Amino acid sequence: MLQNPTAGVSLMTGNEAAARAARLARVQVVAAYPITPQSPVVEQLSKWVEGGELACEFVAVESEHSALTVCIASSTVGARVFTATSSNGLAYMNEQVWWAAGARLPIVMAVVNRSLAAPWNVLNDQQDSMSERDAGWIQLYCRDNQEILDTCVQAFRIAETVNVPVMVCYDGFLLSHTVMPVDVPEQAAIDAFLPPRPKPLTVVDLADPRNIGQVTLADPRANAEGAVCHGYMELRALHQRAIVQALDVIPRVEAQYAEAVGRSWGGLFWEDRLDDAQIALIAAGSLATQLTVTVDALRAEGIRAGVLGIRAYRPFPVAALRAALAGRGVALVFDKALSYGFGGPICNDLRAALCGRADAPVVFGAITGLGGRDTTPADLADAARRALAEHDAGVRERADDWLTLKL
Amino acid sequence: MGTSDCGHEISMATPSVGEAGKTGAWRSERPVLVAPEACLAVKAGKITCQLCWVYCPDACVTRSVGPAIDLTYCKGCGICAAVCPAKALEMQPEHEPGTCGR
Amino acid sequence: MTKIVDLPEGEFVLSGNRACAGCSLGIGLRAITKALDGQMVMTVPASCLTVLGGMYPVSSVTVPWINVAFASTAAAATGVAAGLRAMGRADGLTVLAMAGDGGTGDIGIQALSGAAERNEDFIYLCYDNEAYMNTGTQRSSHTPRGARTTTTWAGKRENPKDMPAIMEAHGIPYVASTSAVYPDDVYDKVAKARGIRGLRYIQMSTACPPGWGFDPRDTVRLGKLAVQTGLTVLYEVQNGVFGLTSASRTLAQAGRRRPVAELIAAQGRFKGMSDEDVGEIQAWIDSRWERFMAREADPAGH
Repeated sequence: MLQNPTAGVSLMTGNEAAARAARLARVQVVAAYPITPQSPVVEQLSKWVEGGELACEFVAVESEHSALTVCIASSTVGARVFTATSSNGLAYMNEQVWWAAGARLPIVMAVVNRSLAAPWNVLNDQQDSMSERDAGWIQLYCRDNQEILDTCVQAFRIAETVNVPVMVCYDGFLLSHTVMPVDVPEQAAIDAFLPPRPKPLTVVDLADPRNIGQVTLADPRANAEGAVCHGYMELRALHQRAIVQALDVIPRVEAQYAEAVGRSWGGLFWEDRLDDAQIALIAAGSLATQLTVTVDALRAEGIRAGVLGIRAYRPFPVAALRAALAGRGVALVFDKALSYGFGGPICNDLRAALCGRADAPVVFGAITGLGGRDTTPADLADAARRALAEHDAGVRERADDWLTLKL
Repeated sequence: MGTSDCGHEISMATPSVGEAGKTGAWRSERPVLVAPEACLAVKAGKITCQLCWVYCPDACVTRSVGPAIDLTYCKGCGICAAVCPAKALEMQPEHEPGTCGR
Repeated sequence: MTKIVDLPEGEFVLSGNRACAGCSLGIGLRAITKALDGQMVMTVPASCLTVLGGMYPVSSVTVPWINVAFASTAAAATGVAAGLRAMGRADGLTVLAMAGDGGTGDIGIQALSGAAERNEDFIYLCYDNEAYMNTGTQRSSHTPRGARTTTTWAGKRENPKDMPAIMEAHGIPYVASTSAVYPDDVYDKVAKARGIRGLRYIQMSTACPPGWGFDPRDTVRLGKLAVQTGLTVLYEVQNGVFGLTSASRTLAQAGRRRPVAELIAAQGRFKGMSDEDVGEIQAWIDSRWERFMAREADPAGH
């Protein structure tokens, strides 16, 4: 831990930024289990709690499954809660990831992106959070440490507005352990932006005893008063409706945050020199930051490249992406993950979103960075040149380009 | 008019008797107070014994001087009759043997 | 020792619920909720109890109840307790984790051990019907030796796990063993636990008519017989000091244990057991009972 200010700019790692955000958000319960590269988040929070700097219940649970369980239960009784994990820890709590979302609890979890075993690998890729993309959490990806802090704070507001949990994802080691200047907002500014958690959907009250999360049938069923209540499918439709609503809530919360603190990150995604781009380079997380350096090099040699940095991956911003990419000739999507047996998750989701649109770019995919394989801006530039060359030669469909593979 | 009218956002229920319906329909025999005068509470004229009350898994037996059974929900398990020290309760068939209940 | 006739009248378990006819869980749950006067929040994993609690949108209990994932009961109770403290709402409320033997000793043991090591502040009550009854009577770690289940068709070969002993090894302030067919003992133990801080563990033997293979009318008779054989032992350990309670105490002082053969013969799950097997079970019970007698003679020793 380097400097530890209450406000102002100092140097900190991505993990410190996430911990600082949870503290600013006045989180009430933290339950977490250590795993590389997330452990410093937990270490920092426990240090503050023990030192009396953060008034929060800290539970040193015995597993990740229990970490998210404690969060689910605390959130059910109305507390604002936070946890963090990576990789196999996220996989271990998978059952509860689904539970938290279906239970509509506004939990915020930092996912410090790391590859999944087998085999063991402690380094960065995005497979862990990507493997949870169907579970019904909002997923936001951060490009640098400042965005980590700001996004984690925003996440509580977003979650508590739509009653959907939020994963804030950032690259293990590349961001989690890398030191960058971060401007920590004043506590008062965050208090104004983020009031205490509103009354939860869940009622835990002796005067009004409820049974929460019971077996729910396939078909609607009447209660004792004769009111026909939801079947499982209706509850899931409400969940889907709420997470799709986040497409409006995420930019709105960004705007409110910008008013309070003076910074915003583009809402659902951000663009760099995309307007006139002949090739759009697309990625989530720190890779997108690297792509801006790649674009510098490509533009210098006359290639009009641009960046679209994915921030909100779930809900997937279909309409906004269609609009942003309309008229672009080629889109090259870089995935640090795979849906095995098919292709890169962001790439395939984008293809699906653009399917049938007359003005959509041709979408090519690239797989990179698995298990922490280093990807340089030069590697990315080569990939962009290859994609452009193939497209210019008339190729409209090709196998995914695995960067730096040495098989 | 869909289920949205219930106003629920999550699976969260309120209490009521009869969650499983009129569970009295489950039974094939029912407890009958065949010898009320033998009931220890009746004999004493006050709340005593109360084993039938405490042992009913479904809270279908009153805590009283001489039990009353809620036949809407009594599942006919037979525990109350079995625990009665005075044999004041007896399980009797819902229907004559060989007859259909309908 | 509270007399049955003095147990509070108020009910928190509603008639017409979905439990089997004659299920002793209902008897136990009535006593437990009376002991806490309904001032509780329950965490309940997948189990028979889930079904007793009802299906959306109707609840069968008038206490706050949170359904949780199978492995997670103790962690969920931990979270409820932490959340209530964080919200300043903990006073006067007991958090009760209530799970079956499988949810406690098998899939749930990790979370329970963690909560016990941290001495989290809630009551954990394991209702032991000696198999995964909710899913149709598959064997659990608590299934007795010789019992037929749908995954031990020829009878389970292993003796049951001793969860109260495991919980004692965690050094928590209160560990107890009771039986649903002794509602006065259940009541007293839960009421005592209510006043203790930290993790309080209570195991409640819960006779199951369909799973054990007997007529529901015999639920109380057989549950009591189990105590009379010394198979089910009613006891408590408070801060390491041991004491038999209720009918087990009476049995130790004055009675002669009934032979387990009688109990085994009354249950369909033991059908086909040889005399030799019954003899081995009797020997197992006898040696366990001697250990309990030694502890009763020297309560603070071990």
